[in-house]
Amino acid sequence: MTAKTLSRIAVYAILLVAAFFFLAPLYVMLATSFKDADQIRAGNLLSLPTSLNFESWQLAWSTACTGVDCRGLKPYFWNSVTMAVPAVLISTAWGAINGYVLSMWKFKGSEVLFGFMLFGVFMPFQVVLLPMSQVLGFLGLSSSVGGLILVHCLAGLAGTTLFFRNYYTAIPRELVNAARMDGAGFWRIFWRIVIPMSTPILMVTLIWQFTNIWNDFLFGVAFSGADSKPITVGLNNMANTSSSVKSYNVDMAAAVIAGLPTMLVYVLAGQYFVKGLTAGAVKG
Amino acid sequence: MKTFENLLPKLVIAPGFVLGFAFIYGFMIWNGVLSVTGSRMLPNYDEFVGLEQYVRLWDMDRWYVALKNLGIFSTLYVGGSLVLGMVLAIFLDQKVRAEGFLRTVYLYPMALSFIVTGTAWKWILNPSLGLEKLMHDMGWASFSFDWLVQSETAIYCVVIAGIWQSAGFAMALFLAGLRGIDDSIIKAAQIDGASLPRIYWRIILPILRPVMFSTILVLSHLSIKSFDLVMALTNGGPGYATDVPATFMFVMSFNRGQIGLGAASATMMLATVAALVVPYLYSELRAKPHDR
Repeated sequence: MTAKTLSRIAVYAILLVAAFFFLAPLYVMLATSFKDADQIRAGNLLSLPTSLNFESWQLAWSTACTGVDCRGLKPYFWNSVTMAVPAVLISTAWGAINGYVLSMWKFKGSEVLFGFMLFGVFMPFQVVLLPMSQVLGFLGLSSSVGGLILVHCLAGLAGTTLFFRNYYTAIPRELVNAARMDGAGFWRIFWRIVIPMSTPILMVTLIWQFTNIWNDFLFGVAFSGADSKPITVGLNNMANTSSSVKSYNVDMAAAVIAGLPTMLVYVLAGQYFVKGLTAGAVKG
Repeated sequence: MKTFENLLPKLVIAPGFVLGFAFIYGFMIWNGVLSVTGSRMLPNYDEFVGLEQYVRLWDMDRWYVALKNLGIFSTLYVGGSLVLGMVLAIFLDQKVRAEGFLRTVYLYPMALSFIVTGTAWKWILNPSLGLEKLMHDMGWASFSFDWLVQSETAIYCVVIAGIWQSAGFAMALFLAGLRGIDDSIIKAAQIDGASLPRIYWRIILPILRPVMFSTILVLSHLSIKSFDLVMALTNGGPGYATDVPATFMFVMSFNRGQIGLGAASATMMLATVAALVVPYLYSELRAKPHDR
C-alpha cells in the first residue's frame, strides 16, 4: 500500500466518523420515536426498533400533554404556521423594497442609514424583550399570534434588507438607467426589471426567514399566550414536563414533527439554504 | 411631479426605517431607561435609582455563574466549531466521492431549531439511559457519563450540542473560501517540494484569514445570544449552574419579577455584542464604499 492510498483511507475515515457524529442524533430521534416503552427499556440508543410503532407519533400529534393541556402538538403546529407564513412574506417583501431603494435610488445619507440598520442583524434580542412586551400590551396584541407576526417582521427587517441590498448592488446600473431614459418610473422599474431578476435572492430570503421564524423560541416563550404558543414552545414544555414517567418515544416523535418543516425545506432547497447561511455571515 | 419622483424612494422606505430604528435603537434606549429604574413586577418609570441595578447585578453570585458559563461556552463553542468546521472543509476539499451527500449531512443540524436538537441531545446525554446504557450494552460496564446532571459539567454538554449544531456552518464558509483559492498556487508550491500539510498551514490558512474572522464574529455573537439550547437541554439547571446571561435576563424579567435587573443584564449583553460588532461593521462600510 502506498502512502497515497493510506492518506486516502485516512481522509475517508475522518469524513465518515464525522458523518456518524452528525447523523447519530437524527437516527436516535427517529429510532426512539418508533419504539414502545418496553423496547426503550430493553434496547439502547442505537438499537433498531423491533417493529414500526406509530403510536407515539399519534400521541405526540394529538393527545400528549403539556402541563394540563392534552391536545398534543397539533394546535402549536398550526400556531406556528399561521405565524410564520405572513411574517415570512411581509418581512421578505419589506426587505426587497428597502434593498431596492438602498441600492438603486441612493440618496445622501442612505449608506449611513443602511449601516445603522445593519446592527439590527447582530443585536441581542434580549434588549427588546421588555419594551416590546409593553408595546404589544399598548397595541392590544399581547399573547396573540398577531403580536408574534409583528415582532418577527420587525426583527427580520434588518436581515432581509441586507440580503436584497447586497444582491441588487450587483445588478448593472445601466439596466436601470436605460429604463429610466425610456420613462419608466420607480415602481415600474421595480416590478418589470428588478423583481423578475430576483428569484435567487427571494428564495434565499424566504428560506432564511422561514427557518429563523419557525425555529424561534425566545419571542415565542416571551410573548405568546395559552392559545398562541408556537411549536418550539409546545415541544419544550412537553419535553420538560416533570411527570413521573417520561415517554421518550413521544418526546422524540414530537421533536421530529417540530423539525419536519425546516428539514423539508433543507432537503428540497438545500443550495439556497446554504447561500442564505453564507450570506448571513455578512459581506458589507 | 419631478420633486415627487425624487421624494418617492425616501417616502417608500421611511416607514420601514422608522419602525426598524424604533425597534433597534428606540428599544435599546427604552431598555436602558428601565435599567435605571426600580422596576420589579411591572415597569415603574417614576422610581429612578441610578446605577443601583447594575451594582446589584455585579454583586450577584448568579450573574458571575452566568458570565463564567458564557466564557466557557463561547470559547469552546467558537473554537470547537471553527476547528472541526475547518478540518471537515479541508478534508472534503480533497476531491472525495459523495461530497454533496457529506456536505448535506454536516449542515443539516443548522436547519433545525435548538429546541428540537436540545430535546434529542437531552435523551442521548441522559445518564443511565442514553450514551451510558449504550456503553454498558457494548460491554463497558464501568462507563459512567452523568455530565448533564452535575453542576460542574452540565455546561460542557451544552458545548457538545452547540458544536454539533454549528460546525457544519463553519465548514460551509471555509469550503466556500477554499473553492475561491486558485489551484495554481497549490501546484506551484507542490513543485517547490512543499508537503500538503505544510501548504495548508503556511499558504492556505493565511489566505482564509478573512473567512475565519467573519466565522468567529458570527459564532461569537451567536454564543452571546444563545438561549434556546440552554433552555432545551438543561433549563439553566441543575439549580442555576448552566445559566448564561441570556437565560439570566429572561428568568429575572419574566419569572422573578425583577424587570430593572433584567434590563440591566440585557444592557450588558448589548454592550458585549456592540464591542465585538461595531468596529467590524464600521471597517466593512468604510473600506468598501459602494458609491459608483
